[in-house]
Order: sequence, then structure tokens, then C-alpha cells
Amino acid sequence: MKLRSIFLFPAWVWLAVLFGAPFAIMLGYSFLTRGVYGGVEPPWTTENYTRLIDPLYLSILLRSFAMALAATGLCLILAFPAALFISRASRRKNLYLQLVMLPFWTSFLVRTYAWLFLLRDTGLINTVLEHLGIIRVPLPLLYNDGAVLLGLVYGYLPFMVLPIYATLERLDPALVEAAADLGARPLATVFRVLLPLSKPGIVAGAVLVFIPCLGAYLTPDLLGGGRSVLVGNLVQNQFTTARDWPFGAAVSILLMALVTLVVWRMLGREVEDLA
Amino acid sequence: MRRWLAVYAVAFFAFLHLPLATLAVFSFNSSRFTVWEGVSLVWYRAILRDPQLLEGAWNSVVIAMASTLISTVLGTLCAYALWKRGSRLLTGALYLSLVTPEIVTGVSLLALFQWAFRWLGWQLGLSTVILAHVSFCLAYVVIVISARLRTVSPELEEAAMDLGATEWQAFLHVTLPALVPGIIAAALLALTVSFDDYVITSMVAGVDSQTLPMVIYAMARRGASPVINAISALITVFFGVLILVSEKVRAA
Repeated sequence: MKLRSIFLFPAWVWLAVLFGAPFAIMLGYSFLTRGVYGGVEPPWTTENYTRLIDPLYLSILLRSFAMALAATGLCLILAFPAALFISRASRRKNLYLQLVMLPFWTSFLVRTYAWLFLLRDTGLINTVLEHLGIIRVPLPLLYNDGAVLLGLVYGYLPFMVLPIYATLERLDPALVEAAADLGARPLATVFRVLLPLSKPGIVAGAVLVFIPCLGAYLTPDLLGGGRSVLVGNLVQNQFTTARDWPFGAAVSILLMALVTLVVWRMLGREVEDLA
Repeated sequence: MRRWLAVYAVAFFAFLHLPLATLAVFSFNSSRFTVWEGVSLVWYRAILRDPQLLEGAWNSVVIAMASTLISTVLGTLCAYALWKRGSRLLTGALYLSLVTPEIVTGVSLLALFQWAFRWLGWQLGLSTVILAHVSFCLAYVVIVISARLRTVSPELEEAAMDLGATEWQAFLHVTLPALVPGIIAAALLALTVSFDDYVITSMVAGVDSQTLPMVIYAMARRGASPVINAISALITVFFGVLILVSEKVRAA
């Protein structure tokens, strides 16, 4: 088994230097005090963590949670019928799947920017509405929570469609026939047979959407324009403008703990099956 | 029911693709404003006159190529070794690195680099960006190649070794050829993820290593511009063609 050890060596180096060490440094920093010029210095303290209970930061945490939950819920509502459609399509199933996957392959930044282009005051939606005479002053579509939510849903929708499709596809078609034979209307079949049975896919999709939404930085920054501060922006701010690394480190550690908890509780083994 | 689903599907795919499509259409608009004035390539010519965009694009290409090459090689070896005998610690760390919020990865690596600089005399620059990109591409590569390895039967290597092949020969001549489609897919994924990354890159880049997403981001924060539409359309078409070609290669 010498070959295996040699092959695995770079991965262990990665684990120690690029994964373990940064985490250890962050953990250490989170218990230190902010230096006069923005660095970190002794004494050791737990103040960075107790500061998280401050209503200002608590509200940012709760808002991030609510935003991630809302995005996950919206993704589920939008994705389920689409996954159902694809799983029932008799032809061109692969084409539909590729259409879902295609945005995933194009730049996330470009896809977020597309909404900036559509929603801004002089953007396409406002321009069209003004030309049609429906509005006189541009609607404030950009730089608010709604725009951020839209951006998150748009960005992570494919992550919800694919796992749900995968479970629907594996279901025995006889189940649907049996429900129909027993007198269930199509809608009842969806809600009482297909929806409960696709729970594994829904859980996987929900985690895949919820996790990146919880720590989102790019979308709230670009579409929220600084007016919609989420926990990701809080971290970035502490490490750049505010130059309070210990507090930023404490927020990061908390965020990582939350993410790990969600993944561990909700997925466990399923993560490996998905890959 | 069927008809409603089909109607919904049309709306769903429109929602998914229309924003990018309109962006591309308006990149050919001769007007600076969102009013159609006629077809023109003026914004594409503007890209070529913008030294920041060109430098960013060049940096992005260099970074994406280097980090794809390194992470694909290391990730392939790692996936193969884990296929031989698993390691819960390493697999767990790889998955954890995948779900860690990008901004947390970014600031952690920044903290690491700043800490290491005290001894090494390094500066934030291309090398730190490449190191960061290799770090987050590794998990993607390992996962894609591990999935491919699950379809490979371990008995093949055993047979080769029974016939006198060394461990190394068995890997090189038996398993590796079977992994080629997976390696190509993994490399493409690493390439797109690396080329696209803004959040982590912006934390660990120096003044001389501004990437294309960083330049676009700075422009977008100042407001929309038809030049971004044009460069966005180019990026989308480039990766679209790349993926289509790779699908054809895989199917062939």
C-alpha cells in the first residue's frame, strides 16, 4: 500500500496547511483582542462571542436565517413542479436536464449581474413599464431584500431541481397508477403520494440551497447594495473596512458551526450517496 | 394536469434563461441606455480598449489554468487512494471545505497568508490566489472522480497484479484509462469554478492579481454598463461551447 500513501500525501498537506491551519488560526483569533492598528493581540477573551448577542448582530443573524429559509422555500415551490415535469417527460428528458444544468455552468457573477441589469432604475423592466405608460417614476426594484431574495432563488434553483428529479425518477410508476385506480385525483396524487415520497430529494435540495444562502456574500452585496446586510457581509466587513479581525473570526466560527450542524443533522450519509 | 405542468415548465425555463438572454441581446445595442437603437459591436470593441479588463482576463486565464492543472492531478491521486482505502477524516474535511461559506474560506485563507508572510516574506499576489483556488477546487475534483471510480471494478487491478503488474503499472494501465472521462469532467468543473470565483479571490488577491470577476464586480458596483453585458455574453458563450464540446467528447 505504499502507492496509496504517496498519492494521499498532497491531500494530507492540503488538509493540514490549507484547511486545518486556517481554521486553527481563526479559532485562535476569535479569542483574542483587536489591536490598535487592526491586528490581533492579547489578552485572551470571550468577548467576541458575547458580542454576538448584541441586538444589532443578533438581528443580522436572524435576518440571514430568515432570508435563507425564504429562499429555500421559494426554490422548493418553484423546483418541484419543474422536476415533476422533467421526470414525466417521455422525450427530450436529457435536453430539459441540460437546460436546468446550463446556468450552473455559466458564471454565478454574470447571472447575478443580469438581475442588476434588469432591476435597476434605468433597467429593462422599468424602461419597458415607462414606455408602456404604466409607471412614471421608476419602481425601486433594486437594492432591497426582495432583490436579494430573487437573486438567491435564481442562483441556487438548479440545486433544488436536480435532487428532487433524481428521487422522482427512481419512484415506481405503478404507485401513481395505483393512486389513480383507487380514485385519487391527479392533484391529490401529487400532494399525498409524490410529495411525501420525494422527501429525500427535497431534504438534499433544501440543504444544498440553504447552506450557500446562509453564508451568501456576493448576492446581498451586489443586489442589496449594502442596504441588506447579511452575516456573510458582516464577516467581510469585519476583515476589511471595520478591521476587527477577532470579531470577524468569531462570526466565521459561528457560521461554520451552524453549517456543519445543518449538514451533519440533515444529511449525514446521504452526502456521500449524492456525490 | 399534464398541460398545466407543460405551461409551467415553459415559464420555469424562461425564468431560468431569459435574464441571460436579454443581457446578451442588449450587449449588441448601440445605445448606452436600455433603449434599443440598433445593432452595434461598439461595446465589444470597448472591451479591447480597456486595459483593466484585458489584464483581469489574462490573470484569470493564468490562474484558472494553473489551479485546474494542479487540483486535477492532486485530486485524481487523492480520489484513487481513497478508493483503495477510505479515510473518514479526509473525506469529511473535503466535504466540509465544500459547504464552508465562501466568504469564511476567503477570510480564513487571508488570515493564514498574513500569518505566514511574517516568516516567508511573501505578498498577496498570483501565487496566493492560485493556492486558494487549488484549495477549493480539490474537493470538486475528488468528488467527480470518486463517482467515476465507483463504476470501476477493483478486480481488474487485482487481475493485472496477478499477471505480474506492479501497483504502479496497474494504476497507470488499468484504472487510469478508465478514469479519463471523469478526469476531463473534473478538470472542466475546476476550470469553471476557478474562472468564476469572486468572493475568495477578492480576499487573497494583491494589486497585481486582479481577476476578471474582480474587475467586473468593481464595474457592476458602480452600476450597470453595456461593457459588462458584452463581457458577460462572451463568458457565457465561451463556457456554453466548452460544455457542449465536452458533452460531445464524452458521448463519442
